Amino acid sequence: MPSLGADMKSGILVDWRVKPGDTVKRGDIVALVETEKGVIEVEIFDSGIVESIQVHPGEKVPVGTTLATIRSNGQTIEARPAAAPPPIEEKKEAPLVTAPPPPPVAPETHRPRVSPLARKRAEELGVNLADVAGTGEAGSITAADVERAMEGAKPVPPPPIRPKAGEVLSMRRVIAAAMARSKREIPHYYLSTTVDMRRALDWLAAENAKRPVTKRLLYSVLLIRAVALAVREVPEMNGFWVDGAFRLGEGVHVGVAISLRQGGLVNPAVHDVDKKGLDELMENMLDLVNRARTGHLRSSEISDGTITVTNLGEQGVESVFGVIYPPQVALVGFGKIVERPWAAGGMLGVRPTLAASLAADHRVSDGHRGGRFLLAIDRLLQEPEKL
Amino acid sequence: MSAEKIKITYREAIRAAIREALLRDERVFLMGEDVGRYGGCFAVSKGLLDEFGPERIRDTPLSESAFVGAGIGAAMGGVRPIVEIMTVNFSLLALDQIVNNAATILHMSGGQFNIPLVIRMTTGAGRQLAAQHSHSLEGWYAHIPGIKVLTPATLDDARGMLWTALEDPDPVLIFENGLLYNMEGELAVETGAVDISKAAIRHHGRNVSLITYGGTLFKTLEAAQELARDGIEAEVVDLRVLRPLDTATVVDSVTRTHRAVIIDEGWRSGSISAEIMARIMENAFYELDAPVARVCSAEVPMPYPKHLEDAAIPQVPGIIAAARRVVAGHE
Repeated sequence: MPSLGADMKSGILVDWRVKPGDTVKRGDIVALVETEKGVIEVEIFDSGIVESIQVHPGEKVPVGTTLATIRSNGQTIEARPAAAPPPIEEKKEAPLVTAPPPPPVAPETHRPRVSPLARKRAEELGVNLADVAGTGEAGSITAADVERAMEGAKPVPPPPIRPKAGEVLSMRRVIAAAMARSKREIPHYYLSTTVDMRRALDWLAAENAKRPVTKRLLYSVLLIRAVALAVREVPEMNGFWVDGAFRLGEGVHVGVAISLRQGGLVNPAVHDVDKKGLDELMENMLDLVNRARTGHLRSSEISDGTITVTNLGEQGVESVFGVIYPPQVALVGFGKIVERPWAAGGMLGVRPTLAASLAADHRVSDGHRGGRFLLAIDRLLQEPEKL
Repeated sequence: MSAEKIKITYREAIRAAIREALLRDERVFLMGEDVGRYGGCFAVSKGLLDEFGPERIRDTPLSESAFVGAGIGAAMGGVRPIVEIMTVNFSLLALDQIVNNAATILHMSGGQFNIPLVIRMTTGAGRQLAAQHSHSLEGWYAHIPGIKVLTPATLDDARGMLWTALEDPDPVLIFENGLLYNMEGELAVETGAVDISKAAIRHHGRNVSLITYGGTLFKTLEAAQELARDGIEAEVVDLRVLRPLDTATVVDSVTRTHRAVIIDEGWRSGSISAEIMARIMENAFYELDAPVARVCSAEVPMPYPKHLEDAAIPQVPGIIAAARRVVAGHE
């Protein structure tokens, strides 16, 4: 069971897209998994032949559980999560006398002892059970332990609204947990600048005039592309804060915050934005938004984002100062494009302008670097033809 | 209603209930081994033969199968028999009549024949009567659809359950714990029939539910008092009826306390205590803050020597230890 988000503890296997004996290759969608974020398509990370299936549709299993085993080149590999696959020995001719087989190795994951009531209470209160010390029988965590931890931690109060649909409620909890963790752990700093968008919009209008309607570009694709290229100049915006240290992201996968019609929000990643052209990015984004809203996101999209972009311009607000999505370390916010009087070169004119903001993790970077990053975005947007 | 009370034993309360039934309804009669001239093996029916005569207080041969069968026939014929079996161990000789006939005839006759039969018997250990007179098999009977299983523990229930059972159109088994016969207490003079469908909360508390019935009720209440001195507020649930089980009262209590210990003088394997645990799991799993615990009899034939018998059945210290484990994580 892959981890499809920082706060995912378990998932329900909804359906298999493969059966034992099928040949799979890296990137194939092999299963559907339901999480609080909706139904996610799980991709395989190795190629081979499906040998056996360990988890059946409807079962809820913790992250890290082996879902299926695939065989590749005479080796057996546990399908996702792809750790170092242990090679199995070739079958040998059975000797007449054999030593007794070694006892099966106990699984390494120790499921913490948590009473059902404590688990329920922790979910209600948004308390992370990993932070709770158990005082019950054999060190188990009781409801009172959870409540004590709650008093100690003083996390954000539970959301005042209670949506009717259970799904929305559970997504709300996930968002609450992630955002509370972000504000609790990440020392945010905020910067903002106003970008003159005339060149970018003029270029876009001219470019779109040459294109059929279906191939036209939206300006938001320029924004995520500019963010991805700016990351090349200030790489400490791109990656994760894990175990007390910054880890550089492998590739630039820009998470795009997408609000869902039923409420809630997801931020699936567009992969390798720094290496893709605008056309491909446009297709990727439309596809992503469409699938996010119909609940068909893929596992890699959910978990791979290295930096997030949130664009609230459509909502009519002029600027946004976002909350970083942990364990990421930066979030870029864009407001709506507003025409303003603009002084440049001693002349006053009216320009379309855009407020770009940065919320960044002060453990990883300082305002100086953050400023450089924002100005790089501005500069890149002044040369749209190079994006 | 008069609040006047009299001192009375459990034995006398049952005798008063039988006497009242004999007076109120001429169709009622009592039969069983030694219930007449001898006055009952546990002296429950003492004096009734003189008052009501041999037609209504009938001594029977030592054949449980025969006289329980006769009781079933009499009930079908329109009278209201109270059949006394000496102990639950001996009722096994009448299992065929109880399980195959009394419990099924309404069903087998397509609803034509009810069996308005009441069978009383003694259950439980603690009197050095050894392995053929001391077991608690009422949980077995609670397995059987078609009969009701009552376990009066208090004087009110001893006095009041019989009449309600006689009014029931179907077979009712009443299990009297032998240790309770000499229990003395006060009972309102005007006490009458009581409900036979609900469990009762005998002591309120909010930290743990102690669920029990019959002979262990008073040990459990004593344990609850002791626990209160440690600041553990135990709620004591008296099941009263083992079939049909009042699941709602048990689940409500556990939902309030989030912890449960079941105290049952029966053995634990495949038992009524196991059934109660199962119902708690089915209905209140997410309310539990600790695993449900049990205090049951040791899984041995009941020993004769006093110290071994005492060690084999639930006692107050064991109940206290189990409750502490469940509430505080240690004894």
